[in-house]
Amino acid sequence: MKASAFDYLRPSTLDEAVAMLSEAVASGRDAQCLAGGQSLLAMMNLRVSSPALLIDIGRLPELCRVHDEANTTRFGACVTHSTIEDGRSPDPSRGLMPKVAENFSYRAVRTRGTIGGSLALSDPAGDWVAVMRALDAQIGLIGRKGRRVVRAVEFTTGIYETLREPDEILECVTIRKLSSSSGWGVSKFARKTGEFAESLAVAVIDPAQNHARIVLGGVQGAPINLARASDAFKQGAESDDVRCAALHDLQDSRQDFDEYQRGLHIEMISRAVAQARAS
Amino acid sequence: MKIRLSLNGKTVQSDIDVRTSLADFVREKMNLTATHLACEHGICGACTVVINGAPARACLNLAASCDGQEVYTLEGLRNDPVIQVLQKSFHENHGLQCGYCTPGMLVSARDLILRGRARTDQEIRCGLSGNLCRCTGYTSIVRSVRLAAEAWESAKRSSAAEPSSVELVTAGA
Repeated sequence: MKASAFDYLRPSTLDEAVAMLSEAVASGRDAQCLAGGQSLLAMMNLRVSSPALLIDIGRLPELCRVHDEANTTRFGACVTHSTIEDGRSPDPSRGLMPKVAENFSYRAVRTRGTIGGSLALSDPAGDWVAVMRALDAQIGLIGRKGRRVVRAVEFTTGIYETLREPDEILECVTIRKLSSSSGWGVSKFARKTGEFAESLAVAVIDPAQNHARIVLGGVQGAPINLARASDAFKQGAESDDVRCAALHDLQDSRQDFDEYQRGLHIEMISRAVAQARAS
Repeated sequence: MKIRLSLNGKTVQSDIDVRTSLADFVREKMNLTATHLACEHGICGACTVVINGAPARACLNLAASCDGQEVYTLEGLRNDPVIQVLQKSFHENHGLQCGYCTPGMLVSARDLILRGRARTDQEIRCGLSGNLCRCTGYTSIVRSVRLAAEAWESAKRSSAAEPSSVELVTAGA
């Protein structure tokens, strides 16, 4: 199908984009920012989404840069997945982000889709949402009232739901660099290469920064931070104990899992943890 | 909205409705019908083209967003040596039946070969997972791409002695 009619604006600066968006929202228009468009345009073609106005921010230079600082790396929202996949940007994650980027969707989508667009959409099975939680990333938002920073673990609140206000633009994501003693593991289950995950487990451990976290995506809401399993993982518990803790975490999440889903999730979690420990 | 872009190496200008996808633009406005449309939501890969040197879905890019950009459709790649090797291989190895998916297969396979990601059947299968074919069962497509990749690599090796014999059509990086 084809998208329904909409208006289109392409600002040349981020300030201009913020002004356009806030003006549109203030006047009650359903305005959306267009970054790579790889989800938004698909949803518009399916008429699941019919915004009245698209503000094309995909080429804004401010949003396409990556800033490498002493302890962190800041990715502009419109950095594409393939930039990360190809290692054309600094990598604060010691290989985790490029590995993730080459394992979702298709190359012809990854060349256009962006990390910021993926986070702003927050598909519950989206890879970046889970990975940014595991890395304890910070998400930068900009609006008419200024800038604010939200932790990735709080940013996604549900299925396609985030803390971003309608008149805010997701500007960047800042990731603390993993230390040389860190380890990570990622395990994903999809029935076909490139499909959204049925289960996605990400485990990151960095003793030098007192950080260990296991996150589970592909669930019926925002990715789950597995608090008990993360603690067990941090303390170097036996893998059976981590599995047991993860089962408790799934119960605590108050989401319904059938036996197959529970088994699948626990297996993905175990594999991610084993990989993190071996790395 | 008026747009101006480089299409198949030539600058073109057009007045478009802003909701026009790049796929509809090249097919309907530019009469370039090698770019096929099936699913129109990024799954089937039939509309894969090259934007700024990288493969992209023409159904998931607005023509308006391509204003000022460089786009190649399969028609513009007819003299590209990798495409020529692929076409020959698809022909010889029964890499197509109805031909609907073929333009997208060729553009995606070209990208795999140029990035050195067509070394094994497994790599080719993963690399082409975003291009659906409903006729061939993929076996002959994968074989076509693998043999094309081998032919391309051996052409590159022999051209190392004679660098002018292989010249890439520059579709960016």
